[in-house]
Amino acid sequence: MSDDDDLVLSELNDEELVEQMHDDLYDGLKEEIEEGVNILLERKWQPYNILTEALVEGMRIVGIDFRDGILFVPEVLQSANAMKAGMFILRPLLAETGAPRVGKMVIGTVKGDIHDIGKNLVSMMMEGAGFEVVDIGIDNPVENYLNAIEEHEPDILGMSALLTTTMPYMKVVIETLKEKGIRDDYTVLVGGAPLNEEFAQAVGADAYCPDAAVAVEIAKDFMKRKHNLLGGATIN
Amino acid sequence: MEAALARRPTARTGRTGRSRSVSAPPVAAGPPDRALDVAPDSAPVLSGRRRAGTLVIACGALAREIVHFRDMNRVPAFDVACVPAWLHNAPQLIPDRVREKIREHRAAYDRILVAYADCGTGGLLDTVLDEEGVERIDGPHCYAFYTGRAAFDALAEAETGTFYLTDYMVRHFDRLIVQGLGLDRHPELRDDYFRHYTRCLYIAQTRDAGLQIKARAAAARLGLGYAYRFVGYGELEEFLHRAAASAPDAED
Repeated sequence: MSDDDDLVLSELNDEELVEQMHDDLYDGLKEEIEEGVNILLERKWQPYNILTEALVEGMRIVGIDFRDGILFVPEVLQSANAMKAGMFILRPLLAETGAPRVGKMVIGTVKGDIHDIGKNLVSMMMEGAGFEVVDIGIDNPVENYLNAIEEHEPDILGMSALLTTTMPYMKVVIETLKEKGIRDDYTVLVGGAPLNEEFAQAVGADAYCPDAAVAVEIAKDFMKRKHNLLGGATIN
Repeated sequence: MEAALARRPTARTGRTGRSRSVSAPPVAAGPPDRALDVAPDSAPVLSGRRRAGTLVIACGALAREIVHFRDMNRVPAFDVACVPAWLHNAPQLIPDRVREKIREHRAAYDRILVAYADCGTGGLLDTVLDEEGVERIDGPHCYAFYTGRAAFDALAEAETGTFYLTDYMVRHFDRLIVQGLGLDRHPELRDDYFRHYTRCLYIAQTRDAGLQIKARAAAARLGLGYAYRFVGYGELEEFLHRAAASAPDAED
């Protein structure tokens, strides 16, 4: 096999490199993503710009192809692991450079559900989009959600379930929030393979998120509305 | 030479041609794999003597058991038509495929029953069946009707991190799990999938020593402890007796 086609990332200009990183992310090439991130840092790119333009945008494309049935879970996991490696480099730098904060989210899978691939993907994409994410892990009874929102005061509460048998627990959590009179203090987003729009409405969630990229867009949209409302309240 | 700096531009041709350059999609998640279906998306398996009055539309993962039940029990016959089992990896497609099957066969049968649980359709299968006026076996998934729903709830409560295997899954473990989850190509993903599981429980439909050996090996492959429980056909059997009872010969 000839080496003619070998590609040297450091020889690409910024635009080509970012495009190549999208491709490498798509192909789940962890080491290449780490290398790409380090090259952009050496070129004095802001960590936040690397995150959004190279990593988040790359994962957005992965998300679209997953939704369209072109990519499947194993490939998405590979991509996610590559992005995670890039974020591992960027996370401390983002903290130092004061990246913009869009909002805060508490997220976890519901009681009885240990499947966290989707939840982890949403966490990562939300973090990449500028949300502070408090991930409370798997198999959460309602008390865990209550404790987390009391401690962290998030804007958004996210719940995830993979099983038909566990997804009804989302209603338990939302009803408890209502009983305590705090339901409307939070935007409640739900997601997971067996869920759908009708289910989200039935349990009283604010929105159903069919995939991680859509979750980010919906979350941003709710934050925008919240700011508008607060703005309106101030004016009035 | 730094290995990371010299490699083929794998993806430049890839994303732009998107789909085509990435590794092939897992069979179980992609197009129908007829090897996985005892009676794949096919014409009804006829009862033998004449077309029966009752049709059971079944998930391909249950076909072997249902046909076996029908042939081994001296019950009036019903016909069986299957929807491919690989749809479990794309459950959003199940409701429409079942609807198609119902409409394809409705005129030829007095009664149609559906041997599908909710199977990850989030209630959408029930919506379709309500619209079509067709009944299905109760329960969220086949594990629950094999073990019995109360028993399944107790199992899930006792050990949340249980990965269940049925006869069908043991038979097709390599295709469904190893290849379907991409573990053959990316063994490092095993922990991403199974990190929170603690044991593999084989809920067996038959007492088959060969399958038990395979099930134990499957558990080891996933890095999980192994447990075995013979459950037989569970509530599926009651459901099939009802199907048989509604067959015309039942009134002979």
